[in-house]
Amino acid sequence: MGLFAVFELGLLDVKAHVIDILDKPGGQCAELYPEKPIYDIPGLPVVTGQELTGRLLEQIKPFEPVFHFGERVDALRRVEGGFEVETGDGSTFFAKVIIIAAGGGSFTPKRPPLAGIEAFEGKSVFYAVRKVDAFRGKSVVIAGGGDSALDWTLNLQPVAKSVTLIHRRDEFRAAPDSVNKMRALVSEGRLKFVLGQVTKLNGEQGELRSLMVRGPVNGRPEQEFEVEAERLLPFFGLTMKLGPIANWGLNLHENLIAVDTEKFETSEPGIFAIGDINWYPGKLKLILSGFHEAALMAQQAHRYVYPGKKVVFQYTTSSSSLQKKLGIR
Amino acid sequence: MVKVTYIEHNGTAHEVEGQAGQTVMETAIKNAVPGIIAECGGACSCATCHVYVDDAWKEKTGSPSPMEEDMLDFAFDVRPTSRLSCQIRLKPELDGLVVRIPEHQN
Repeated sequence: MGLFAVFELGLLDVKAHVIDILDKPGGQCAELYPEKPIYDIPGLPVVTGQELTGRLLEQIKPFEPVFHFGERVDALRRVEGGFEVETGDGSTFFAKVIIIAAGGGSFTPKRPPLAGIEAFEGKSVFYAVRKVDAFRGKSVVIAGGGDSALDWTLNLQPVAKSVTLIHRRDEFRAAPDSVNKMRALVSEGRLKFVLGQVTKLNGEQGELRSLMVRGPVNGRPEQEFEVEAERLLPFFGLTMKLGPIANWGLNLHENLIAVDTEKFETSEPGIFAIGDINWYPGKLKLILSGFHEAALMAQQAHRYVYPGKKVVFQYTTSSSSLQKKLGIR
Repeated sequence: MVKVTYIEHNGTAHEVEGQAGQTVMETAIKNAVPGIIAECGGACSCATCHVYVDDAWKEKTGSPSPMEEDMLDFAFDVRPTSRLSCQIRLKPELDGLVVRIPEHQN
């Protein structure tokens, strides 16, 4: 939804920076269902999540949005003339208006429901690798069967004391080439693969010692056994959480941002919410609803960005000035 | 009408009437059965509608498709009878179906 907001704002000469925790554009469409067909986008009998993302990127290209991927807005403050926004990396932005198009919430790694795991997080349990060197000389266990798990298995193997890949089945979603490389390393004795699921973490003061794993042993299914581990990297996909938005003082309705239906503005003037993240009586979580909300939001956003300037309603089919902005004329 | 019994992790049983053609997940949500989240609304994209099919019903409900198996990788405490309930469509042959809800979905 953020992508189409760039378009509607661009038609009204409002430039945009887009901040997203994912490392790519497209939000839920690109992350949750890139290959799945969507049948209810007006004018498109069928389009996949990734195709729709691609088309929107093409549509907004004339407005040259600036993307900041891999960043999440953590703090939001009203300042003179607008808002100051701070991301988790410490970047600060000033903006005259804020549009929250956070969809289902910020994508965060899924935490395995292992008792006491929080105490180990950041010390010996990690959901991402920032510095490969932090794993040097450690016995590392990686849980998962997708590209993240296989990529890090291969990348950490040369550096770690030992790497053990744990997966619930002997089939992987990861790229076949990565799986082949992993199997080759296993047959050379340079990598361990364990069929099973982690059931318990053993360790003290956040320092992992070993894991309990449930899996087949010598043909006997569902046995419990111990695996040495100083570091655990669980790769179980992403989930969506409201995150810092909950702390910005906005009126919420069941963890969604309440807005009016004229401007889709939140309880804070100058802060708007569009798409799945908002709520109003009758709200439907449809992409087409978000498109509509973006159009109306842009009208009010323009008034904040260009106070005193009148918004002249124009059609892209007939307006030469709009077409010039789109690069058609 | 297809009767479905959902048994929570704490043993509480919910017996509900489902409709043929609807999924086990939809039936749970419609009847406010706790413990099935269905974050993605039934698109086989989130693995938060995970259930264990009772042994007696394993054959009649069938096995996961490759897409569902892929998504089960994102569930926890996956067992041989694990299914994503958004992928089990109710039919008259499933009248009396029993499923168990895992302790955690997320």
